[in-house]
Amino acid sequence: MAYTEEELKKELESQEYQYGFTTDIDSETFPVGLNEDIVKAISKKKNEPEWMTQWRLEAYSAWKEMEEPNWHNVKYKKPDFQSISYFSAPKTNKYKSLDEVDPELIKTFEKLGISIEEQKKLAGVAVDIVMDSVSVATTFRETLAEKGIIFCSISEAIKDYPELVKKYIGKVIPRKDNYYAALNSAVFSDGSFCYIPKGVKCPMELSTYFRINQAGTGQFERTLVIADEGSYVSYLEGCTAPSRDENQLHAAVVELIAMDNAEIKYSTVQNWYPGNKHGKGGVYNFVTKRGLCNTNSKISWTQVETGSAVTWKYPSCILKGDNSIGEFYSIAVTNNYQQADTGTKMIHIGKNTKSTIISKGISAGKSQNSYRGLVQIGKRASNARNFSQCDSLLMGNNCGAHTFPYIEAKNKSAQIEHEATTSKIGEDQIFYCNQRGIDTEKAIALIVNGFSKEVLNKLPMEFAVEAQKLLEISLEGSVG
Amino acid sequence: MLKIENLHVSIDDKEILKGLSLDVKPGEIHAIMGPNGSGKSTLSSVIAGNEDYEVIKGNIFYNDENIEDLSAEERANKGIFMSFQYPVEIPGITVTNFIKTAINSNLKARGEKEMPAGDMLKKIREKSKLLEIDSKFLSRSLNEGFSGGEKKRNEIFQMAMLEPSLAILDETDSGLDIDALKIVANGVNKLKNDNNAIIIITHYQRLLDYILPDFVHVLQDGKITKSGDKSLAIELEEKGYDWI
Repeated sequence: MAYTEEELKKELESQEYQYGFTTDIDSETFPVGLNEDIVKAISKKKNEPEWMTQWRLEAYSAWKEMEEPNWHNVKYKKPDFQSISYFSAPKTNKYKSLDEVDPELIKTFEKLGISIEEQKKLAGVAVDIVMDSVSVATTFRETLAEKGIIFCSISEAIKDYPELVKKYIGKVIPRKDNYYAALNSAVFSDGSFCYIPKGVKCPMELSTYFRINQAGTGQFERTLVIADEGSYVSYLEGCTAPSRDENQLHAAVVELIAMDNAEIKYSTVQNWYPGNKHGKGGVYNFVTKRGLCNTNSKISWTQVETGSAVTWKYPSCILKGDNSIGEFYSIAVTNNYQQADTGTKMIHIGKNTKSTIISKGISAGKSQNSYRGLVQIGKRASNARNFSQCDSLLMGNNCGAHTFPYIEAKNKSAQIEHEATTSKIGEDQIFYCNQRGIDTEKAIALIVNGFSKEVLNKLPMEFAVEAQKLLEISLEGSVG
Repeated sequence: MLKIENLHVSIDDKEILKGLSLDVKPGEIHAIMGPNGSGKSTLSSVIAGNEDYEVIKGNIFYNDENIEDLSAEERANKGIFMSFQYPVEIPGITVTNFIKTAINSNLKARGEKEMPAGDMLKKIREKSKLLEIDSKFLSRSLNEGFSGGEKKRNEIFQMAMLEPSLAILDETDSGLDIDALKIVANGVNKLKNDNNAIIIITHYQRLLDYILPDFVHVLQDGKITKSGDKSLAIELEEKGYDWI
């Protein structure tokens, strides 16, 4: 039977999360709550040097004085920060070979379609897998080391490359930047560190998979990517999370630094558990991502956001150097009771700086999808240019799409363009596809893929396929 | 092939078709002509399985099967094709990608394997040549920014690719200039064989100068009021619909 819009909506709402499973791994978990002792304990647990412990403690005292932001267009029950456990790691966390890795863990990876064995064989992708909070497997490191590229967990970097970490951590996103960034700075568990030396073009896509896997543990990832002068790196980040009734907090910080003439391409596919069809459970995703562009450099953010109950995320670029370029390509899908408030900030400081923003929002069910973007042109930024395009696609009558573009121009030579469209998947489009023998599920996938194409095209090949699959799971999977 | 018996159809509680009967056999071309509002587009939509329309009474048999409960895609997979009067746009999806998806959906529904890319490409080349379609056209987004003529030519291109056994051409001639009309008609004539059938729904007899129908039916107020051969179309063109 062909679908009426009403039936379609019902089908969409009854969708279940495909990756809803948990792994039974013996974990070591801290008592719940947050205080100075917990911060110190985290630092000690990770054998961090004194400066890092102090750095965390300063962040903690800043956080204590701050208030959770409430200017965003999302409604949720504020997490109780004293009922969260701030550290959890699989007990054995160093493996000499894959044979030593907990078979349960391998199984989880296999369910996610990212078996380490497979990943190792697949040329071109190095994987630093983060299970809960501690890196348990890193591959291809030797190949990268030959080129002088450092790709490791942030904990290792703190130990092995303290001068680099010390110099750059918190430089793009200061500890007091915002509530969640301060929290992350105090309690970050692990994450990835990447350094590309001068003039080196990273020969493969660097990839990290994140996964929350411990009931009641927040995930506080910290990522630092430094591309030295004239270097290039493409970094992929993807994640799924198991099904949970309680809300899980995720507050990551990602800092990118592109030195003169360097280029960083940072791609994310995010599929955290969005909660069930009644809006119960799901991950709170409060992420701060920002890149600093020096002269002639370029930072490109591409994100496909399909998960989380609440998303609060604005990957941004500070275009400090002259002629630097910032790009933001985003697809945000919300279904059921999901809420997303996402967008970017393009801060033009240098001369002849350019930014491009392409945002595609897809809303279904009773979800709310907001684009929030700031284009700021500073006094010195002559001949700055920005192009923004925000398109929204609505499915059904109970969802919402919102656009909040902010423009602040302090230099008269600036050229700023903003385009926005809102459309609905038409029954006539679906009927047209049906008449050609294409079922409704496939028809929606086609329409959504077509709508998202400009952004999907920006993803590296390895990721584009996965992203397309995720889009289909998020919307189409429910219409069978 | 298609047998319609005493069909009554309504949309939004308004009865549009009021006892229509039609018998189409393989190898035949039927033209259905009628003034605006007579129910022409309702007829094509209801055969194609558009669920906005409600069948109140009567039956539609396709290859001796009552298709009332079949969805639009099931009917399409059984070989019913409709060339839309107003083809819709699907931004971001190329003509090639769309037709590939359609063909593979058809094959899958029939329990067959997907068409290998090489065969698909060969077929696309062959059929686009038949309809004088530029290869650049095939990589454009489906119907987006197409002229009226391009949209219609694209519909017939899809018909050529899908090779349906029953094709309904709903006002295919509208929006076509004379050159495009000739190309489309020429394409349809080449696709015609003894095993398939075509129903041409049209307001004017213009297209029938290029595609010769075996039967011409006049549709008025939801019923077929007169049937004949090609000469009936010419007579209608001269006298209008009121004389019947």
